[in-house]
Amino acid sequence: MKILVFVKQVPDTDDVKLDPKTGNLMRDGVQSIINPLDANGVETALELKEQVGGTVIAVSMGPPQADDVLKKALAMGCDESVLISDRALGGADTLATGYPLAKAAAKIGDYDLIICGRHATDAETAQTGPIIAAFLDIPQVTLVEHVTIEDGCAICRRLLPDRYETVKVKLPALITVCSEINSPRYPTPLNIMKALKKPRVVWNAKDLNCREDMIGAAGSPSSNKKIFEPPKRMAETKYFRGDAEAMAKAIVDTLEAEKII
Amino acid sequence: MSNENYTGIWVYAEQEDGNLSETVFELLAKSHDLKAKLGGRDDVTAVVLGDDVERLADTLFAYGAEKVIAVENDNLKFYSARPYARALTDICNKYRPSIFLFPASPLGRDLAPRVMCELLTGLTADAIDLDIDEDGVFVQTTPNFGGNILSHICIREKRPQMVTVHPKVFEPFKPDMGAKGVLITEKVDVEADDCYTVIGSEKRVFEGCPIAESSVIVAGGRGIKSKDDLEQLRELANLLGGELASSRPLVDNGWLPHEKQIGQSGTTVKPDFILNVGISGSVQYLAGMQKAKCIMSINNFAEAPIWDVSNYGAVADYSKLIPAIIAEIKARKGL
Repeated sequence: MKILVFVKQVPDTDDVKLDPKTGNLMRDGVQSIINPLDANGVETALELKEQVGGTVIAVSMGPPQADDVLKKALAMGCDESVLISDRALGGADTLATGYPLAKAAAKIGDYDLIICGRHATDAETAQTGPIIAAFLDIPQVTLVEHVTIEDGCAICRRLLPDRYETVKVKLPALITVCSEINSPRYPTPLNIMKALKKPRVVWNAKDLNCREDMIGAAGSPSSNKKIFEPPKRMAETKYFRGDAEAMAKAIVDTLEAEKII
Repeated sequence: MSNENYTGIWVYAEQEDGNLSETVFELLAKSHDLKAKLGGRDDVTAVVLGDDVERLADTLFAYGAEKVIAVENDNLKFYSARPYARALTDICNKYRPSIFLFPASPLGRDLAPRVMCELLTGLTADAIDLDIDEDGVFVQTTPNFGGNILSHICIREKRPQMVTVHPKVFEPFKPDMGAKGVLITEKVDVEADDCYTVIGSEKRVFEGCPIAESSVIVAGGRGIKSKDDLEQLRELANLLGGELASSRPLVDNGWLPHEKQIGQSGTTVKPDFILNVGISGSVQYLAGMQKAKCIMSINNFAEAPIWDVSNYGAVADYSKLIPAIIAEIKARKGL
């Protein structure tokens, strides 16, 4: 079985700030990591490979330093990596991101299963997986928290707000996985060593035969008009003062006055 | 084709077994606001897919739909992405809406990206606000980077302008059961997806009441130092007849299940009262709870976004204050 797992590099913090002068994102000093849900995706791919055999190829798109997340995926146990890197791909919205990723999957070819995290923790659009599946015209199963392979099908249990739904999907298919599906393994020193010898390729937009009007900022129907910090001060705050006992009394008085108790 | 040829505001009327999603009603109400700001020429249309879904039209009219397009086919009886996307794409190409809103539900977020790819247009994810700017451009607000930054996103050239919208950010209209509108039935030709079959469904069992329905919530965040401390918050929640909830960090570290998470990637709540403990207040958290009637917060830090939305506050160490509050309530209740 050939499994492709898509991974994204994201900032390792919720504390990304805006430069007060320029209004641009300040990325300096912010560490980059593999999107945590994509690590669940890698783990899912490796566990399936252990069960049914095959090859796991990790794919990422981004600037050259995005290769770090592929190194991590290889060190976890993936067999090969593909980095899609090209300035022409920068400034892409979700459509212009999913399109070259789908082109990469098509170029790799003969895949049985594509795995993505349910969303990336930076923009949380949760769109990339379904977009890749749409361009490849394969079925998708989103929000998967358990998966097994049987007779050319994936049996997927979806985690929905009110229920678990089990879906049988014929391969090739794409799934997006929840954090509940597993705990990603740590790379072992041996696997980190082995990772250095694994096949790794870098492709640009031309290698993928991308249509120029469908990539980068020019290929992105949606655009950021403005980024800003949230509006401040919506309520006047009445502060309780004193020691813990005095505050507790005042708080419970307030709960009574507000008819909470 | 010029954008002038695309008119109308569409709402995807998500339904399962004939039950419409509440978010549909919220989006219908907001569509009227957008319509007014756009000059009033765009009809508000609900589009519903399924088998025998015409009967939902009266409910959609009652909640503000001026038109209902019922897209009927046996093969649409149960949701699956490819047939639904195929049918919706055909309907969009036929009627050419300018704006197309979807609930940011699991189904909406599964379906909308596929329709977007067919139409090669833009799709903004999980908007927490929608507006028309001074130039008449439709603008969507979304949180990014865990919620500390908001973006205004627009889709300038392509149509329809597609958006998935967070549940519970807009108020639905009070239903007018006598309301009338135009019902259009479209019998579409669409094949079933043999590759995708739902083979089982099992209700999830939850402890307590869902946080979205609870009128009182005690929520803990990153500042909570141990699971034992979290149990104190649970005790306080029980004393107040409410539910324990949390911001993202306590779900990420496995102390509470995802369904107890307030925020953009969790559940939006509007309780009568919420007590935030050890929560600094990322945008995505605030977006998830700032419509609570009364907000009280306890936090060590005097400078935190949570104070911006709080009616009452205590800049204090929760580990001393929470036991004191529990003792005070017990004393007054004679427990």
